[in-house]
Formats: sequence, C-alpha cells, structure tokens
Amino acid sequence: MTIALAMFLGFVALTLAITAWAAGRSSGSVSYFAAGRRITAWQNGLAVAGDYMSAASFLGIAGLIAFNGYDGFMYSVGWLVAYLTVLLIVAEPLRNAGKYTMADVLAYRLNPRPVRAMASLSTLTVSTFYMIAQMVGAGALVSLLLKDSGIDFRTAVIGVGALMIIYVVFGGMLATTWVQIVKAVLLMAGTILLSLLVLAHFGFSFAEFFNQVTNVRYHQNGVEVTRNFLEPGLRYRPPYGALDLISLGLALILGTAGLPHILVRFYTVPDARTARMSVVWAMAIIGTFYVMTTFLGFGAATIVGRDHIAANGGINMSAPLLAKALGGDVFFSFISAVAFATILAVVAGLTISASTSFAHDFWTNVVHRGVERSPGEEVRVARITACVVGVVSIAIAILLGPGANVAFLVGLAFAVAASANLPVILLSLFWRRFNTTGAVCGLGAGLASSIGLILVSPSVRGPGAPFPLDNPGIVSIPVGFLAAWLASLMTRDTSSEQKFSELLVRANTGLGAEKAERV
Amino acid sequence: MKPLQPSDWDRIAITEKFQQLLREKRRFVIPATLFFIVYYFALPVLVGYFPRFMSRRVLGPLNIAYVFALSQFAMAWTIAWLYVRAAERFDKLALQLKNDGESR
Repeated sequence: MTIALAMFLGFVALTLAITAWAAGRSSGSVSYFAAGRRITAWQNGLAVAGDYMSAASFLGIAGLIAFNGYDGFMYSVGWLVAYLTVLLIVAEPLRNAGKYTMADVLAYRLNPRPVRAMASLSTLTVSTFYMIAQMVGAGALVSLLLKDSGIDFRTAVIGVGALMIIYVVFGGMLATTWVQIVKAVLLMAGTILLSLLVLAHFGFSFAEFFNQVTNVRYHQNGVEVTRNFLEPGLRYRPPYGALDLISLGLALILGTAGLPHILVRFYTVPDARTARMSVVWAMAIIGTFYVMTTFLGFGAATIVGRDHIAANGGINMSAPLLAKALGGDVFFSFISAVAFATILAVVAGLTISASTSFAHDFWTNVVHRGVERSPGEEVRVARITACVVGVVSIAIAILLGPGANVAFLVGLAFAVAASANLPVILLSLFWRRFNTTGAVCGLGAGLASSIGLILVSPSVRGPGAPFPLDNPGIVSIPVGFLAAWLASLMTRDTSSEQKFSELLVRANTGLGAEKAERV
Repeated sequence: MKPLQPSDWDRIAITEKFQQLLREKRRFVIPATLFFIVYYFALPVLVGYFPRFMSRRVLGPLNIAYVFALSQFAMAWTIAWLYVRAAERFDKLALQLKNDGESR
C-alpha cells in the first residue's frame, strides 16, 4: 500500500505548492474571496465540476449502480440536468448583481441585516453538513486504503481538516480554485482510464457489455439471484419508491442552484458572459463524467460482483475494487489517491464558501452594518472562521465515527439548499412584490422543514419512520416557496418594490457589476 | 462617472431597449425551462409508476428506461448549446444598455 501513500503525498505536495504560489499573489478582499475575478471560463468550468463531483459522486454513485443497477443511474441523470437551472436562471444575474455571496443579491432590495443573517445561517448549515459527510467519507476511505501504513480514521480526519485549513487560510479563493482544477483533471483522467479498461475487458463490444449487465448474479439472503441491472425497481419500490424518486429529482434540480459553494464560483470570473460559458464547460465535464458512471457502476457489478464488494469494504469501495480487478495494485492506488484528492478539494471549497459568508454577510454586514472598521478586517475574520469551521468539522466527524450515514448528510445539504436558498433567490430576482418578511420566513421555513423531515425519515429512524420518504424535497421545497410567498403578501414594503427596477436592470445588463482586478 | 441615482435605474427599466431585452430573454428562458422540467420529471414518473413499460427492450439489451435516461444527457447539452447561441443576441442588447448607462 506504499504506492497509494506515495501518490497521495504527491498530490498533497502539488496542492501545497499551489497554495504557496497563490499566497504570494493574494492581497486584498477581491483577491482573497473571488480570486481577483480573473478566472477564465474553462478554468471555472473545471473548478465548478471539481466542487460538484464529490466523494458522493465518485465513490457513492459507482456503488449505488453496482448495487442497485438502474435506480443508481437515476442519480447520475439528475446531477447533470440540475445545471440547466444554474445556466438558465441563476448564474448570470448572480454575477451581475452580487459581490461575494448569495446574500448580496438578496440584500439589494431587502432589509440587509435580517436577510443576511438568515442567509448566512443557511449557508453555514448547508456547508457544514456537506463537509462533515465528506470528512467522514475521507476518514473511512483512508483508514481502509492505508490500513497497512498505520493511519487510522482519526488521523485521517485530522489530516484532511488540517490541509483544508491551510489551503483556505493561506491561499484563499485562488488556491482553492486551482486545487479544484487539478482534482477535476485527475478525476476525469482516472474515470476515463477506468471506463476504457472496463470496455477492453468486454473486447470493446457494447453488446457484450450490456448483455452481461442484463444478467448480474449475486447472493441475497444466502440465495443466488440473477437480475437485469438495466431494469428499474431494485432500490425504489412501491409504495413510496416513485414519490421518493420525484422528491430526489426536485432536490437535485432546485438544490444545485442554491448550493453556496457552487454559487460563489461565479464571482471569480470577470463578467456574466464568462459565468455562462463556465457553466457550459462544467456541463460538458460533469455530463461526460456521469455518462461514464455507466461503465464504473455496471462494470463493478459485472466484473467484481456485489458479493465481493460487500465482503471487501462495502458499497463505497466499488470503484477502487473495480480498478484493482482491472489494473492491479498500482491502478488501485491511483484511483484511491484520486478519490482522496476529490474529497480534499471539495472540503476546501466548502470551507471557503462558509467562511466568506460568515465574514462578509454576518460579521461585516450584520454585526457592523456594512462598515469594514479597518482595512483587511473582512479577510482576517474569514481566515479565523476557516480555522473554526475546520476544527469544528474535525471534531464532529470524529465524534460521528466512520460508521456515520454519509448519504443522509449530503441529502440534507441538497434539501436545505433547494428548500431555503433557491426560493428566496428566485423570488428576489423575479417578483416585484417580494419583501424582507417573505425572505426571512422563506429561509426559516425551508431550513426548518427540510431538517425536521430528515430527522423523522427512514434514513435516520429506520423502517417505519413517521415520514416515509428518504428525500424531503417534495414537501419542504413547496413549504419554503409558500412561506416566502404568503409572508410577502401579508406585509407591504414599498422600498423593496421600488428597488426592484434597479435589481432587474443590474441583473440583466451587468450595469454597475463588480469588475475584475487589474493586473 | 458619477454613481447612478435611484431614478436612473427606473428610467433605464422603462426604456424600449430594456423591455425588448427582457422580452427576448423570456421568450427563450421560459419555454426552455418548462421543457427541461417536464422532460426530466417524465423520467422518475415513468420509471416509478410504469416500470413494466419502461423495462421493454428497444435496442438489443437496452430498454426504454435506459435509453430515455441517456437521452437526458443529450437534452441537457442541446438546451445549453441553444441557450449560448440565443444569449449572443441578449449580450448585444445588454452591452448597448450598459454603455448608455455608463456614458450618461
């Protein structure tokens, strides 16, 4: 297992070099929070893809397909289509009208202090849940992959946490962006190679490959069964399966456009047009990746087999075990190192979006009413926040331990983003009558209902839970919209209606938008 | 350039050019959004409620469910491509409005 360790250390050395380079160039708020707004379209496209394709995608989806066939592939589809919401509705207005965070767009028309406080709370909630999920995943992965080198779960979690703090505190957004780019390239390279090896295994015959997929054998409760893995219904069954699928789709389609660590990426480019082109780049990369999950997932199901995976580390090890079966120990080490790089980059992206929101929204704009009392204060607060967020996540991840249900934490992040963040972003951009009370109620109700429903769902309570669906979106998203809408109708705020024209013109023309830093 | 006053934003908002920009954007974005939402949710609805039908084979071993899922990728990329083409038009209008606004 020393090859895996060497490859992983190589990645760490490269990212630390990037951080040192970025730290030397970084000065001032725009540079720290938005990489000087000078990231190009393809760079940001790779970075968005890097931020998005977390361990949940690479390890999680490959495993879901390997175990549940077609029903697992349903996730892949939603994960790409979600970007149409980002492309058509959110990315450009956000870039035109905002500065560093999602709340900037809300604060234009509405009373900034309550709105920013709520938006910041929601951002921190989404980021923290997402991050703990990644750290638990990283810890479990490392302790499994590197178990011969004496690294246990706790050491791995602390290591990941420490690295992510270093990237964010010293390198800011510039370093985080380049770490994402390197990771996205590695991840795509690993996925393409693995897919090619799967096809080569079947003599490059798609017919042979899919024929095998229709006849997958494994043991269920001690009995050997043969299943067609292209047929739906292995995971989502009546009575609630269909509703759960629709609910998951809603959370993906509407949640992606409300994920704070994705949204902040659009502030790192020079203008709205570049933001648009970067989404297109991201869609090309993300789409290609998820199409290839066909080969990863079905390949693991046919070549490695469910029984073997279950006996050797479980569902999340499907992709690494496939690599081992096809390319031996060296390739196994490479894929494991890629998986680890993936997690490391995503937690860095989450940390910077959480600390930006705390420093910019909460500290400067809520506590000090929009005044930076001394130059550089905002950046200083963000750096301190990054350390705090890192330490808290390390502590929670260690407390939860390697057995924590990672999928439920990621599901929660998407559900909160879709139920709390997206309704207020949409209404604030498109509805003149929207006001502060509506925004605060929408954010609050979306946050409370999505968290509340997950707490009583089968993924927390087990079978027979009070709420029958794993994915709360189908209820909590309408709750978020309704609360925002009703609360707006019950109160009247003429100043927010008057300022609607300003936001409309800014969002659609880019007039008065934040400019890129000069060299 | 002096900062734009509240009245300036209102003035730009009611110009014919700005209204034209909004109309053109809506003409693309609203139908495109409705289309992709209907097309996407058709998948979980059909898979969830009509699994028998979706399991029918159409291309060798491939069934309707899998082919329809793959077509979602093509759909997403096509809409993205059409939007980029349409947005070139929006950009021209937006740039004119931006220049007018900045050179007041």
